[in-house]
Amino acid sequence: MSSIGTGYDLSVTTFSPDGRVFQIEYAAKAVDNSGTVIGIKCKDGIVLGVEKLISSKMMLPGSNRRIHAVHRHSGMAVAGLAADGRQIVARAKSEAASYERVYGEAIPVKELADRVASYVHLCTLYWWLRPFGCGIILGGYDREGPQLYMIEPSGISYRYFGAAIGKGRQAAKTEIEKLKLSEMTCREGVIEVAKIIYAVHDEAKDKAFELEMSWVCDESNCQHQKVPDDLLEQAKAAAKAALEEMDAD
Amino acid sequence: MDLHLNAPYCMGTIVGVTYDDGVVLGADSRMTIGMLVANDSVSDKITQLTDKVYICRSGPAAVLEFVSDYVRNILDQQTIQFGQPATVKATANLVRLFSYKNTNAIQMGQMGMIVGGWDKYEGGQIFAVAQGGTILKLPYAIDGSGSSGIEGFLDRAWKEGMSKDKAEKLVVKAVSLAIASDAASGGAVRTVTINSDGVRKNCYPPDSLPLCDDKRRRTKTKKTTTTRTERRIDAPKP
Repeated sequence: MSSIGTGYDLSVTTFSPDGRVFQIEYAAKAVDNSGTVIGIKCKDGIVLGVEKLISSKMMLPGSNRRIHAVHRHSGMAVAGLAADGRQIVARAKSEAASYERVYGEAIPVKELADRVASYVHLCTLYWWLRPFGCGIILGGYDREGPQLYMIEPSGISYRYFGAAIGKGRQAAKTEIEKLKLSEMTCREGVIEVAKIIYAVHDEAKDKAFELEMSWVCDESNCQHQKVPDDLLEQAKAAAKAALEEMDAD
Repeated sequence: MDLHLNAPYCMGTIVGVTYDDGVVLGADSRMTIGMLVANDSVSDKITQLTDKVYICRSGPAAVLEFVSDYVRNILDQQTIQFGQPATVKATANLVRLFSYKNTNAIQMGQMGMIVGGWDKYEGGQIFAVAQGGTILKLPYAIDGSGSSGIEGFLDRAWKEGMSKDKAEKLVVKAVSLAIASDAASGGAVRTVTINSDGVRKNCYPPDSLPLCDDKRRRTKTKKTTTTRTERRIDAPKP
């Protein structure tokens, strides 16, 4: 999986002889080193969840948000370099606002994903810019229904039923594939995402983490918002219980 | 304001109404240059912007033709990008942005437009775009120099949930009434009906209209004899 591109990896404007741009792959490694980010598309909406690794006990809980609202109907969860992520979120907000100004309607999620992906890709084309070191999971609910997109540092954007990036993505993807997403409501989805994040969190390597979740669904009136506190607590409790059950086996 | 009085204007009368399944747009066909009637039958004031969105134009002809072409160009690109035709609201928004951003440049007189069409999300919609860039979503709208005379009529006659034929008859009657009372409106009445099935255009030649100038004011009265004394105000006193 990892390889050293000696000599061909000094600039993002250099291809290697086997057709790879190593700088973009290294940028993807920055994403792989961050806390897990999961997004799932349930039958009535999208749920996003982030394993926010806490680097210091002095940090205020609830600060350093990794999930950002982009428009009334959509939000994005960022994995990787947080500062790079802020830049992308700012751009996404600006694109959504400009679309609404010109066309008078909320930006379709597909169009938003295209524009963000173009922007991320733009920064892989010039030698004086470096690629963004973050992966984005974008979830939104427009006239076409709920949609989930993932945008990688290379500028590729695909639509998914379930997506995971970060440290625990392999394990998380396996867990997501087990879920019957088309029959699940977002309420149930929140609990499942919490369970997965608790399960993939590596107690040995990383210490504490904070669970951050958001949703956009029929229940939230198609608006992107934080999962209500009571549901979040319920999810955390269920996740911890599931973990204990696993440990007991 | 510098009115280019020797430029063609298509003031006239434009009407747009919604009915249960879509919209009916109507307009007269008179084009004037200054005080003269340049053309009474050829001009089509209802122009296509996308498959199912049309715009009725009233005002300086050159500016309005440009607006239509400009917006149509943007929407062609947008349709390819999105894979489906633009909604009526997005189209109307583009028209009014052009109007708003160029208010100072367009110094050629009053400009009023009605954008009407059908899209699969909201059905038939009418948007009135006034001079300066105001946009109003309305169940029915009128504009043009002849519109002031039919304000009351349309307020009375428009009912919610009309059938297509009723709506079209209403539009034809409204424009005919306007033609009868306005010097800058005349010629044929053109209608465009837009609904989920598609677009249908009609043209009603002047002699087929329910009311024409000469017939309107003719009322049946009892024959009476009256003596009238007429005094000219400027006649010199003996």
